[in-house]
Amino acid sequence: MKKELVIIGGGPAGLAAAIAARENGVEDLVIIERDGRLGGILNQCIHNGFGLHTFKEELTGPEYAARYIDRVLELGIPYKLNTMVVDLTQMSGLVQQDAADSVVSEERVKAADNAASGVHDVRKLVTVMNREEGLYTIEARAVILAMGCRERSRGALNIPGYRPAGIYSAGTAQRYVNMEGRMPGREVVILGSGDIGLIMARRMTLEGAKVKLVAELMPYSGGLKRNIVQCLDDFGIPLKLEHTVVDIKGKKRVEAVVIARVDEHSRPIPGTEEEIKCDTLLLSCGLIPENELSETLGVEMNSATKGPKVNESLETDKEGVFACGNVLHVHDLVDYVSEEALQAGKCAAAYLQGRHSAETVGKQIPIRAVNGVRYTVPASLNIDRMEASQVVRFRVGNVYRDAAVEVSFNGKAVSSRKKKVLAPGEMEQVILKKQDLQQFEGLEEITVSIRQA
Amino acid sequence: MERKEFVCIGCPLGCNVTVEAEGKDIKSITGNTCPRGADYVTKELTDPRRIVTSLVKVSGGELPVVSVKTAADIPKDKIMDCMGVLKEIELPAPVCMGDVVAENVCGTGVNVIATRTCGLKAAEAT
Repeated sequence: MKKELVIIGGGPAGLAAAIAARENGVEDLVIIERDGRLGGILNQCIHNGFGLHTFKEELTGPEYAARYIDRVLELGIPYKLNTMVVDLTQMSGLVQQDAADSVVSEERVKAADNAASGVHDVRKLVTVMNREEGLYTIEARAVILAMGCRERSRGALNIPGYRPAGIYSAGTAQRYVNMEGRMPGREVVILGSGDIGLIMARRMTLEGAKVKLVAELMPYSGGLKRNIVQCLDDFGIPLKLEHTVVDIKGKKRVEAVVIARVDEHSRPIPGTEEEIKCDTLLLSCGLIPENELSETLGVEMNSATKGPKVNESLETDKEGVFACGNVLHVHDLVDYVSEEALQAGKCAAAYLQGRHSAETVGKQIPIRAVNGVRYTVPASLNIDRMEASQVVRFRVGNVYRDAAVEVSFNGKAVSSRKKKVLAPGEMEQVILKKQDLQQFEGLEEITVSIRQA
Repeated sequence: MERKEFVCIGCPLGCNVTVEAEGKDIKSITGNTCPRGADYVTKELTDPRRIVTSLVKVSGGELPVVSVKTAADIPKDKIMDCMGVLKEIELPAPVCMGDVVAENVCGTGVNVIATRTCGLKAAEAT
């Protein structure tokens, strides 16, 4: 099967990317979704607060998703449900690999030479599988990665103790409660004060469970203030900062957890242990972009985001492979995921229509994240190819008060915006104007940094 | 005189705002950085309201439950009463997004509406 564009993932990113691609003239595309419905994780986020930026109203997750799903249906964009992408490779890569084997045909050598000299075959092979059609391969000219992210698991947290039933990631518990109508437990401790953990503290309480406390390793919560007030304070649930779970009791089922205060190096302080009786432990300890497929393809990754490195078109270092949403970097607000994905869809369309090729544009200018800025998306930009303005999103590595976000060209500060507070839990952005970049002679490098007052 | 502490949710700054009041009669507001902080604590002290989001059971649907919300915010002290009402409801599928699930819930004048569409359960293959 051949397709111009394959979009991997039917969550908020995949939906918006597909809509933008179609609206910009891409006829032959398909969305591949592994779940039984479109909308991704929004389906289980039944709380309100989505869409304030995009629709100027507070929607619940399913309502926000429905706006995009309806548009996808209206545009007649094909999608495959219950279908998993199991492999993603580049055709030229295959040719080279074959050529390296002992069986070397003339044609293959030629193809390999072409690959080396830049006239390479950039078609992608997307191997998918589902129950009805089995395993098959789609040959795509462009791919948009929109696989989202996964929760950090217990295994990744190194909590000692037995492995009894009753330990869930907050998102898993959310799916059980909100989609399947099942309660994971009655007496709950939550580790990590990320937004999903806070939201679940309220959800479980409303459904009759007793949430005993939320423990947070850091001296500040990673969740939104609004969620701390409305999900914990409203129900009198204590938030214990600088605390972690040091032991889990119970062999078949969780019977209790032991929490302890931690020192400034996040190490538990002996003598501060406290045993809390509970039957359920929820983990809300961060999200990790789900990039197994990107890595299979050999996409260059950013160690700070755990997502691909992309340019101003949200294109990875592999030509014709774009990324958007939480697979690229974890967002706080779905509105920004949709915005980013619309750009990816639009850029993929431009690429497919030949308005985007490497030959027509000048050099790529790196954007460096320094002095408190952990990363930027994009990580580089091309002045010829960029739109009139470019949003550069980033996160900071610490809490800063009365600081400023500074943008420099070739080390010379060109703009500075004061911020009363900057925190790792809140994504920030700066907007670069094409005009300013064009006017700066000999631009080699852009830096984004934090300047303390 | 009563002192109450609030964390303003207006922005990421999260000011700790202290209110001195006798009942609902506010005497002083301190700790806020901007006027929004004062507005927020005034509302929280005199008439705190929340939108409630939850689920109701569905029979014969593609999902066992369907998500719902109060169409507007309701007094905070009615949240658990509202949950009690929702617990007793079971809707027959199909349910459409926007369908009224409960009218004038707990006398608040606010309806509870469905926030997703839930189709009929697919027929079992024989």
